[in-house]
Amino acid sequence: MRIYVPRDAAAKALGADAVAKAIAAEATRRGLDVQLVRNGSRGMVWLEPLVEVETATGRMAFGPVCADDVAGLFASGWDQHPKALGRTDELPWLRAQTRLTFARVGVIDPLSLADYRAHGGLKGLERALEMDAAAIVEEVKASGLRGRGGAGFPTGIKWDTVRQAAGPRKYIVCNADEGDSGTFADRMLMEGDPLTLIEGMTIAGLACGATKGFVYIRSEYPDAIEVMQAALDVARAGGVLGASVMGRGPAFDIEVRVGAGAYVCGEETSLLNSLEGKRGTVRAKPPLPALQGFMGRPTVVNNVISLASVPTVLANGAAAYAALGIGRSRGTIPLQIAGNVKHGGLFEAAFGMSLRQIVTDLAGGTASGRPVKAVQVGGPLGAYLAPHQFDVPFGYEEYAGQNALIGHAGIVVFDDSADMLKMARFAMEFCAIESCGKCTPCRIGAVRGVETLDRIAQGDTSAMPLLADLCETMKAGSLCALGGFTPYPVMSAVTHFPDDFAPMKEAAE
Amino acid sequence: MPLDESAALPRIREIIADHQALEGPLLPILHAIQAEFGHVPQSALLEIAQALSLGKAEVHGVMSFYHDFRAAPAGRHVIKICRAEACQSMGADKLADLLQQKLGIGWHETTADGAVTLEPVFCLGLCACAPSALVDGKLVGRLDEDTVQQIASEVRA
Repeated sequence: MRIYVPRDAAAKALGADAVAKAIAAEATRRGLDVQLVRNGSRGMVWLEPLVEVETATGRMAFGPVCADDVAGLFASGWDQHPKALGRTDELPWLRAQTRLTFARVGVIDPLSLADYRAHGGLKGLERALEMDAAAIVEEVKASGLRGRGGAGFPTGIKWDTVRQAAGPRKYIVCNADEGDSGTFADRMLMEGDPLTLIEGMTIAGLACGATKGFVYIRSEYPDAIEVMQAALDVARAGGVLGASVMGRGPAFDIEVRVGAGAYVCGEETSLLNSLEGKRGTVRAKPPLPALQGFMGRPTVVNNVISLASVPTVLANGAAAYAALGIGRSRGTIPLQIAGNVKHGGLFEAAFGMSLRQIVTDLAGGTASGRPVKAVQVGGPLGAYLAPHQFDVPFGYEEYAGQNALIGHAGIVVFDDSADMLKMARFAMEFCAIESCGKCTPCRIGAVRGVETLDRIAQGDTSAMPLLADLCETMKAGSLCALGGFTPYPVMSAVTHFPDDFAPMKEAAE
Repeated sequence: MPLDESAALPRIREIIADHQALEGPLLPILHAIQAEFGHVPQSALLEIAQALSLGKAEVHGVMSFYHDFRAAPAGRHVIKICRAEACQSMGADKLADLLQQKLGIGWHETTADGAVTLEPVFCLGLCACAPSALVDGKLVGRLDEDTVQQIASEVRA
């Protein structure tokens, strides 16, 4: 009997370890031979811990399971238990998805190379090994894959710059400093299918002529760090990484580095400084990291999801990937549905879904049962969208047209108890706490922003134009997205929720 | 108990030597020292500076830039509560207020008996089961008043 209990951090935060322990104990008590697999999460966080039992007719799901349910599950013969959900792959949430990047997450044992291969792993790398570097880059360009960290820069073009740069040593740096509230796709992928990221980075190494890779993981993700490190050992032992990739390619190896609690290190040049052992301050561009990156050498810096999407592009061809999506947003995007929602989790779909579909149909509305007031898309630097904007299709340009951004595709839902002036103030406060201090608009602007919003909260109407002016300065004058994008949540709150900024004004008048 | 810095020196030197061959070894060294001693002792800064041919001020500058590194030991228990937006949408602010009141300390403070340190954290990636916390390295999702009360009494026990 094979039973799956996720080792994903969200599942663990909801008691998965205790469930796994209870299952092992109950199996021993009953003298049953149970093989316990700690898989990744299927992404239905409201059902975590989601336990699966392998049967002749497929995997059956049970959830949310707590340790106290375990004896009853065994006693009832599982299928008749009230926590039984039916066949996992027939659950509507999973059936409605287009899982490419997350195809194996939750399905396989994250640390089994045999499992990985059996589910289509390494096909992309095998194909890349038969191509020359320029052809790999062309394939990635043709897929239309753009940076999933938020900036949306075409991945293939970045790779081509590094490929053509001269240098005895080049690097592939994976940005796993996923600090945006509402996002957890990087974490889930690293915990659930780390070999996909390793395969993607290795393909990048072949394409760009790099022999060394780094995965820079935030320290707030201890589980992801542990799984990635173990997966690197598995990949080395299996001959994927090392002196010769798959025993027939050039050398490539990867090292995990751990961040130290600085949000700004998710910005690529801060991240590079941090990797080099410096303060995580932002560098002015140019020079581009692609030409002078880590240690001044040509460096690809890509987000986890960008790199983890490369194996499917190579395995199934650029055309299959590019066939999905809308406009200039090609392929799939792992939506992370979070905050005040009934059904939160990860949902991978082609670009183009409306926020209304996401919030109403997928999330099932708010957890509190109250009306949805606002949705913040793209993390703490993303705009708050109001219900009248919920029909905009999910895509880079489509959101830009709304003065919003998709960022890393984190979607945080707020009910009508949210105070948008308070949220605007928090955006400024967060920027002040996390500013690296390099440029004035961000370092000083964020502090002044908090003060200005406090004046508005006390009824000082004259501070409103000042806030707009300050946001303009931060937007135009900051070196990176921290200072440059903090105006998005602030001004979207002012624009779409004027009532939250008005009562105090009326009181003062 | 305060750390006997001279007794710690051999171990500090060993940690530095273990990491010195890395490309950009400073953060891995600081992490390893903190993992060993619970904070980064002053005496380590000079040792690191000498080993990496940096100024002591430079090492201090790096260490103090990052929220993770401590110049002094934390309490016996460390509670980190997420303050980011997804957790706020599920009432994290109220729970943080409740915990502060129960413990009698504010953010970044340690109780007088050295039992508990309370820190904010901006996102643990548990945004679909908010509000969340990290209690002595253990993740907790779907915090509510009961779990907060329970955490408060466990760390004071």
